[in-house]
Amino acid sequence: MSGAFSLINMHYLLGGLVVTIVVSVISILISFVLGTLIGIILFEKVPYFTKTVRFISNTIRNLPLLLLIFFTFFALPKLGVELNAFAATVVAMSVFEASMVGEIIRGGLLSVGADQAEGALSTGMNKVQTLWHILLPQALKKSIPPLISQFISLVKDTSLATAIVLPELTFRSQVIYGQNPNYMIPMFITIAIMYFIINYGLSLLAKWFDKRMV
Amino acid sequence: MINIFLENWKTLLDGFWITILSSIVGLVGSLVLGTIFALLEMAPNKFLKFIGSAFVEFFRNIPLLVITLFFYVVVAADFHISGFWSGTIGLILYTSAFIAECIRGGVDSVDPGQMEGARANGLTYTQAMVQVVLPQGFKLAIPSLGNQFINLVKNSSILSFVAGFDLMYQANVISGENLDPFNTYIIVGIMYLIITVSVSKCMSIIESKVNGGATE
Repeated sequence: MSGAFSLINMHYLLGGLVVTIVVSVISILISFVLGTLIGIILFEKVPYFTKTVRFISNTIRNLPLLLLIFFTFFALPKLGVELNAFAATVVAMSVFEASMVGEIIRGGLLSVGADQAEGALSTGMNKVQTLWHILLPQALKKSIPPLISQFISLVKDTSLATAIVLPELTFRSQVIYGQNPNYMIPMFITIAIMYFIINYGLSLLAKWFDKRMV
Repeated sequence: MINIFLENWKTLLDGFWITILSSIVGLVGSLVLGTIFALLEMAPNKFLKFIGSAFVEFFRNIPLLVITLFFYVVVAADFHISGFWSGTIGLILYTSAFIAECIRGGVDSVDPGQMEGARANGLTYTQAMVQVVLPQGFKLAIPSLGNQFINLVKNSSILSFVAGFDLMYQANVISGENLDPFNTYIIVGIMYLIITVSVSKCMSIIESKVNGGATE
């Protein structure tokens, strides 16, 4: 096979897909853990600490992710933190998505209801036990559909790392159609299908959870 | 840090203006297109429904960058549209899919009795939908629409990929000249926050106005 779909091109493109998936999975894991922590802090109202965390997470949430990616890649070296494109993408995405996840988890915790907490506390559980055994499991369950849509955004947003030359799917497709303008349309269709399959699959998963919950 | 602003204020304000302009055009465009998609998705006709859902699912599940680059690289080659327009068109298509979902969610939570009552009074489906159900659904969708508008402003940074001369683009130009990305990006970040925070403040004002008008 030759042309846009030659073996070399396809091999190169699939390598990009792997990079996209690896970046997404690592960022999802980090942002989930960090975001749950942020959500708990926002919910529990620790004096001063909660206010600080809320200020930071609101600031990050209101900035474009692209700006954060540029910042981690180009500006952090000024502070002595040198990251390669891969690490910079993961750091920027994790921080940005964690503040989004924090907001989702906080909403989930709020929707569990005060009577659950009161009931748990009155049976003799302490605050940490109440949170860990009673509130958090219910909140996480309610948060699954919005969390999945957030992670769909995350997968799509990995394409922004093209800007700092991370060799992920979108970047590699650009390299391929850079060789020959005739490859443009096939390449766009191919990567659109690849992204679509991943994200549509995730959205079906979210719908499935949504149905089971009701 | 303030020096960077004083030295480049003209460029920065140019970018600021382009970002706002693209956001406003994007907002109006995606609101119109999103409403159309939502109406198609909810149409009783199976064919229209399929077209609506296909559009929404397609644009929701591929990256904005891919849509934008497609317009910049493929479409612009034949139709000569500028970077600003390829970015903004991409933004409109992408955001309209999300707005369609918000509006559909809003309309879904309108009491079905409204539709039935309107139909019983002799309105056609289209009349009942557009004049009775949609306005109420719109009201219910305002909080989630607000989130989408903030996302729209943030996503307008995609223009920097296609030489759209927006704030992000100018930030890269300036930091390339003064070799001080740290402070440049902080200034640009503050400028983005000015837009996004005021959008979210406006949305909560609108939300409380709309809710205050309703009889509780």
